[in-house]
Amino acid sequence: MDFTFSKEHQLLRRMIREFAQQEVAPLAAEIDLEERVPFETLKKAAQVGLMGVPFPQKYGGAGAGEIGYCILMEELNKVCGATATIIGAHTGIGAMAIYLDGTEEQKQKYLVPLARGEKLAAFALTEANAGSDAAAIQTRAVRDGNEFVLNGSKIWITNGDIADVLTVFAVTDPALGARGGVTAFIVERDFPGFRVGTKETKMGIRGSSTAEIFFEDCRVPAENVLGQFGAGFLTAMKTLDVGRISLGAGCLGGSQAALDMAMDFAKSRYQFGEPIAQKQAIQWMIADMATEIEALRSLVYRTAWMMDSGQTGREFSTMAAMCKVYGSEVLDRCVDKCVQIHGGMGYMKDYPVERMYRDARITRIFEGTNEIQRQVIATNLFRKVGLRLR
Amino acid sequence: MRIVVTIKQVPDTNEVRLDPRTGTLIREGVPSIINPEDKNALEAALTLREQLGGEVIAISMGPPQADDALREALAMGVDRAILLTDRAFAGADTWATATTLGMAIQRLGQFDLVLAGRQAIDGDTAQVGPQLAEYLNIPQITYVREFAIQDRQVKATRTLEDGFEVLETALPALLTITKEANKPRYPTAPGIIRAYREQTVEQWGIQEVQGDPEKLGLKGSPTQVKRSFSPPPKEPGEIIQAAPAEAARQLISRMKQRNLL
Ligand SMILES: Cc1cc2nc3c(=O)[nH]c(=O)nc-3n(C[C@H](O)[C@H](O)[C@@H](O)COP(=O)(O)OP(=O)(O)OC[C@H]3O[C@@H](n4cnc5c(N)ncnc54)[C@H](O)[C@@H]3O)c2cc1C
Ligand SMILES: Cc1cc2nc3c(=O)[nH]c(=O)nc-3n(C[C@H](O)[C@H](O)[C@H](O)COP(=O)(O)OP(=O)(O)OC[C@H]3O[C@@H](n4cnc5c(N)ncnc54)[C@H](O)[C@@H]3O)c2cc1C
Repeated sequence: MDFTFSKEHQLLRRMIREFAQQEVAPLAAEIDLEERVPFETLKKAAQVGLMGVPFPQKYGGAGAGEIGYCILMEELNKVCGATATIIGAHTGIGAMAIYLDGTEEQKQKYLVPLARGEKLAAFALTEANAGSDAAAIQTRAVRDGNEFVLNGSKIWITNGDIADVLTVFAVTDPALGARGGVTAFIVERDFPGFRVGTKETKMGIRGSSTAEIFFEDCRVPAENVLGQFGAGFLTAMKTLDVGRISLGAGCLGGSQAALDMAMDFAKSRYQFGEPIAQKQAIQWMIADMATEIEALRSLVYRTAWMMDSGQTGREFSTMAAMCKVYGSEVLDRCVDKCVQIHGGMGYMKDYPVERMYRDARITRIFEGTNEIQRQVIATNLFRKVGLRLR
Repeated sequence: MRIVVTIKQVPDTNEVRLDPRTGTLIREGVPSIINPEDKNALEAALTLREQLGGEVIAISMGPPQADDALREALAMGVDRAILLTDRAFAGADTWATATTLGMAIQRLGQFDLVLAGRQAIDGDTAQVGPQLAEYLNIPQITYVREFAIQDRQVKATRTLEDGFEVLETALPALLTITKEANKPRYPTAPGIIRAYREQTVEQWGIQEVQGDPEKLGLKGSPTQVKRSFSPPPKEPGEIIQAAPAEAARQLISRMKQRNLL
């Protein structure tokens, strides 16, 4: 057993940390307040190869694998949840679907510019009537010669209004439903019939854009079918599986930042003639945060290591769901304690703690709610002992 | 253009802590980095290559671990990286260091420009650059904050204590670069992976530099370390244990007592 990061991953972390501190952190408060996508940061991230970290270099990526990508998400989330979400939706799910299931031609045409950060991606599954029940999507795709014609709409799509390339899931056979009736498509924003709707105003990760998108007789070439025709639901689930690890890694970064800030504050805030760190009530909160963070770190990087070493069976899927549930809940507890330790200061907008508290809340909801993740975990566990859950 | 950049691996002084008991530096577990101003020298070389074409070669003398500094230089974009490492090089003072670097540079054949950092953050002498220029018998311009090359002439602005000085000289020449010169680029993510998994750092020992062992390492060092010691610990300071407002009041009254205020 060896728990050390490789030398390349150590240097990658040092470089990303420097990038995050110098280029990302200074804008975090501003993009939150103005609800503005930091395009200038995305451009800089592309220049240093941070828009395609997990993908092989032959597809324009950094070749740093899932471990490298988790390092990126961890370090970015220490300073800005919104910037991390934009890059996460782009790399971790939007482009990831093309990497996992695309043909060689599709990878050359789409993945390469996405991984290089010349283009931006999104992942469009959720609809007004299909959230947790993703199999209930209603967007239709009907074949017409060499094309498919898409009709319907998606809501709450991260990067939906700014992406150049979208991985879109649509029903190709209503009779078959999720088992064989859903197909994934690669849609370019310039395809006729693609339209962007309203952009949401949110509680947190406000520098990232969450938008509604419409397909109105949107014509997509048949060669843009992603993966097997009719197997789109599998593509979606497989992609989200992988996304859950890096989501956990992001939560790890946010939790660590909350701990660091809480300790700094506890050291310097005097009440009753001494730093509040002298109070056992504060010490216990710090100890609990640190303990959970270490447990999360082990879980996240072990799961990332499983992926990089090709162990992607059912156990992997269970672990990925655990990364998401545990990560988001550790983060929740850590930012909550961080606010508590800061007292009134933690409630004020002058301080990043308030933003971190708001940014954290989404992680228990998106990319499959924690309730759904627990269902995945339990289903996999009982299946091992011969019981199929309904 | 063929540009050689000399880089030194140093402990990250931001991370160095003092042992509260002995007052000495705790070097254990301190990450090693490229000497900061050597990164400015690398940046200058890479920018120049982008403008004029050519090749950038990074050279470092040090223990085998200095390999990491050269990998980082590769990830920033240098074409070739050479590590001068040999027991015979160990214990070098600044002159023996400059001699070793100079011999290695001569083995490379023709070159146009040598860039060094102004000063290393650990040894702190700022001697290696100038000594290397002397060894190679080429002109040198130190403390460079800005320079340009035209028709094989280099024109550089030096930072002096009370102003700037503009000098011009012919290539080949050596410049020592200061931190004001530029903002070093980040190593790129794909560059980092390639540097470790695909590229090589050449290792040169005494054979490769064809050096005379008498002139290198400890033997070739006119400066000998006679004794090393930590400076006597300073009189312990006093921490005023009180809430900030009260502490400030006490501090001010103490300073008034001593006529400091
Ligand atoms: C704490 C300390 C104190 C020392 N004191 C002395 C002393 O008083 N006298 C003495 O003769 N020696 C001294 N040495 C040893 C000697 O300084 C170093 O071994 C020598 O390699 C570099 O000197 P410097 O660190 O002062 O570098 P500087 O001369 O400050 O470095 C200037 C530039 O030279 C280049 N350079 C320096 N070293 C290397 C290298 N190894 N490989 C590639 N490029 C390099 C870099 O471009 C660097 O930016 C000391 C070493 C240490 C660690
Ligand atoms: C900021 C943001 C960004 C998003 N980005 C994207 C994106 O890029 N792409 C995309 O496709 N989607 C995206 N989404 C959608 C997101 O994935 C869904 O919001 C999420 O899957 C939950 O769906 P829902 O909101 O419709 O909740 P619902 O499914 O309506 O759930 C409501 C509640 O009921 C619970 N519940 C539902 N079913 C069950 C069950 N079977 N057992 C127990 N409890 C259950 C849920 O856990 C939840 O607590 C985003 C959402 C947000 C808020």
